[in-house]
Amino acid sequence: MARRRKPKLAVWKFASCDGCQLTLLDCEDELLALAGEIEIAYFLEASRAIVRGPYDISLVEGSISTPEQVEQIRKIRRQTRFLVTIGACATAGGIQALRNFADVRGFLDLVYARPEYIKTLEKSLPASAYVPVDFELRGCPIGKGPLLELLSAFLNGRRPSIPNHSVCIECKRRGIVCVMVAQGTPCLGPVTQAGCGALCPAYRRGCYGCFGPMETPNPTSLGNWLLARGMASPDLVRLFRTFNAYAPAFKEAGERYAEAADVDRSS
Amino acid sequence: MQRPRTLTVRVDALARVEGEGALHVRVRNGQVHELRLEIYEPPRFFEAFLRGRRFDEAPDITARICGICPVAYQMSACNAIESLFGLSVKGPIRDLRLLLYYGEWIESHALHMFLLHLPDFLGYESALHMARDHPEWVQKGLQIKKAGNALMARIGGREIHPINVRIGGFYSVPSRRDLLEHKEELARARDFIVEALRWMAGLEFPDFEEDYEFVALYHPEEYAILEGQIRSSKGLLVPVSGFEEVFEEFQVPYSNALHSIVRGRGSYMVGPLARFNLNFPQLTPVAREVALSIGLTPPVRNPFRSLLVRGVEILHACEEALRLIERYEPPDRPWEPVEVRPGTGYGASEAPRGILYHRYRIRADGLIEEAKIVPPTSQNQRRMEDDLRKLVPRLLSLPKDQITWRCEQAIRNYDPCISCATHFLRLEIETG
Repeated sequence: MARRRKPKLAVWKFASCDGCQLTLLDCEDELLALAGEIEIAYFLEASRAIVRGPYDISLVEGSISTPEQVEQIRKIRRQTRFLVTIGACATAGGIQALRNFADVRGFLDLVYARPEYIKTLEKSLPASAYVPVDFELRGCPIGKGPLLELLSAFLNGRRPSIPNHSVCIECKRRGIVCVMVAQGTPCLGPVTQAGCGALCPAYRRGCYGCFGPMETPNPTSLGNWLLARGMASPDLVRLFRTFNAYAPAFKEAGERYAEAADVDRSS
Repeated sequence: MQRPRTLTVRVDALARVEGEGALHVRVRNGQVHELRLEIYEPPRFFEAFLRGRRFDEAPDITARICGICPVAYQMSACNAIESLFGLSVKGPIRDLRLLLYYGEWIESHALHMFLLHLPDFLGYESALHMARDHPEWVQKGLQIKKAGNALMARIGGREIHPINVRIGGFYSVPSRRDLLEHKEELARARDFIVEALRWMAGLEFPDFEEDYEFVALYHPEEYAILEGQIRSSKGLLVPVSGFEEVFEEFQVPYSNALHSIVRGRGSYMVGPLARFNLNFPQLTPVAREVALSIGLTPPVRNPFRSLLVRGVEILHACEEALRLIERYEPPDRPWEPVEVRPGTGYGASEAPRGILYHRYRIRADGLIEEAKIVPPTSQNQRRMEDDLRKLVPRLLSLPKDQITWRCEQAIRNYDPCISCATHFLRLEIETG
């Protein structure tokens, strides 16, 4: 029987650090085998050879932050059967979405030597703000395991098995002592999506939420608990506003406590 | 006689580099008329949103500037902030930092050597194309890379954006047994790289030399990586706090990354070639011996030979890592406590691509008031253009696709990290 045509993979970069696409090259033991199953048709970080679309699967890294990128993501969507965002930037706007909270007036005060040379949008947004996205891989950066699971599921025509419960569950499964209970260390584990293997608690630090909010989180409950134990509101705002600051649940929590901090200051 | 050529070389999206850049060269009558390395990667304004963050967030936030060299950012940030607070980390904590950083050098250099740069020398579009004919070298390169990544994951928690680094040290430290597990893999990586270097020394290197000003950190006791003074092959020797007095940054209309020159002189080179040429006596004896045996005698002025110099640095890193693991005993506590002192802190370390400079102004409450970051690729940008300006006229007898490819290769000599280079553009936001 004739072998089926290898599916075509494309890897795209928007505003990002390159770390999530590097994860593909970090699959040192699997990379060559993977290249045997899938045609790596467009992956500029690795190859100058370019195979034209359409593509069966596109991995999209980075947030959309310039007018050209808006056009580009739309074009990629048109050429792609299965579009997956990889990482916090493509999924939630990334660390650079911190600019989204700045007062728009502030943008008049650009202090480049020659600001007219720079093109940028006011907000750094996820791909899903502009096009439909078929699947999201979380993390800052994504993990090798989930990436391989995604590709293997895609090749086998099944749904990827990626957890959407909290880091807390992973932590308990690994038998790690709770850093909040034992050390009093603030931890976003109760509201953050699993996938990292409870890495930070395993190293005795609090989770800082790099996989973004879990499904139906309760950040208010966690926030109030932390406030009741002496955390200052500005610190709480910063806790929610890092690599997934513009993910809806963290964005709302950050805004709520930012208002509270303003009330504190004015009273 | 051949008529002087007129042509335009245009690479819209440079491949096998980290980040987004383009190249534009116009040759008229055999003369380079226009040459632009255009960095169009959008700025992400790190220095703007670092304002108002607390000092202890700087290592995690700045790591996100680059997924290929996050440890460099973490180390330069720690360096700058600890120097302001009057802390100098010593003993096993410092050894662990070195180990983590060597892991990054091994990983980043192996990635560039085997997967990004080597295909140029053998005429392949990518390492995956190369793997069809040379599977053993791609495999060995990947195994070397993996040894570096494994060391980073052990000490840092993960390879990309490690979570275990904090001001003063680490959140938790590995046991002696944890580290001993890496010996075998590192020893194998060391043997592979020696083998690879002997093979790669026989490749054809374009005949091209330039009188560079090499700039690297200098440390009296080691091949500088974590810290040191800034030294150049044309006589500079200044503490890191003098960085901005010695180097000048300026904006050009076609690039989202600032250019950098030595004040009053011109472009300069940072990275493996600069370190090798300035600090050669501090490499391990084996690294020196292997270098000399494959014809690398400092000063190496052919940037294409940076392929080999990266290999020598991998060898040095493997050997040093093995030595540090051998003497490792966990520290009494994983980190040194710090006390906030307001003021300005300066720090630099040797990222795989060269000097990475950080400066922070911090208030008494620990919040960052101002931050400045100068990554190696932006410093090398002007130098890359200068190389191309010299190189292109010599290539004009070649077909256009060959000229284009050779130009790309000359850019890849610098292992440019465009994601890094772009992120220091400053945007000031009034936060009221």
